[in-house]
Amino acid sequence: MDQALRDRIKSTIEGHRVVLFMKGNRNFPACGFSAQVVGILKKLGVDFADVNILADAELRQGLKEYSNWPTYPQLYVDGKLVGGCDIVTSLSETGELEAMLRAGAASNG
Amino acid sequence: MIEPDRVRELLQQAFPGGEVELVDLTGTKDHFQARIVSERFAGRSLVEQHQLVYQALGDAMNGPIHALALKTYTPEAWARVAGGR
Repeated sequence: MDQALRDRIKSTIEGHRVVLFMKGNRNFPACGFSAQVVGILKKLGVDFADVNILADAELRQGLKEYSNWPTYPQLYVDGKLVGGCDIVTSLSETGELEAMLRAGAASNG
Repeated sequence: MIEPDRVRELLQQAFPGGEVELVDLTGTKDHFQARIVSERFAGRSLVEQHQLVYQALGDAMNGPIHALALKTYTPEAWARVAGGR
């Protein structure tokens, strides 16, 4: 992966506290797994940035290498990969996702 | 598309002594669900656990497998889940 792409990925992930790389967008998810994660975030009332990887072939391939994660969606919080649909769903069921999102919000004032 | 037996084989090689349960969700050999119980997951985050699985499947994740619903457990975690059923 070239440095320009690596930098672009890094700045996208760090540009928002919560970033969801998905198929389609929050209003029109193009995949059931992406739709499920959008639903969880909306239900928690979280402010998040959505990035449609279907509209960006370079990013779609590059992010897989960057994160060592071969599938979408991918959810990032505070610059760190939280997981895909299975992990996000599981963390939301245990309340850990909400705690993670609220903890950061509090420390940011 | 990939033979379910091949996926099972890759997972069993990567998690020796572990428990691997694989279901072909659609019967089309490209949408799978896997449950893996292994000591190798101990001390790792969920992301790291799933990364180990993806690593084991290698190129199969890059096309042949379109979707993989994944549940990973340490033996202790699985005992808790199974015990609570």
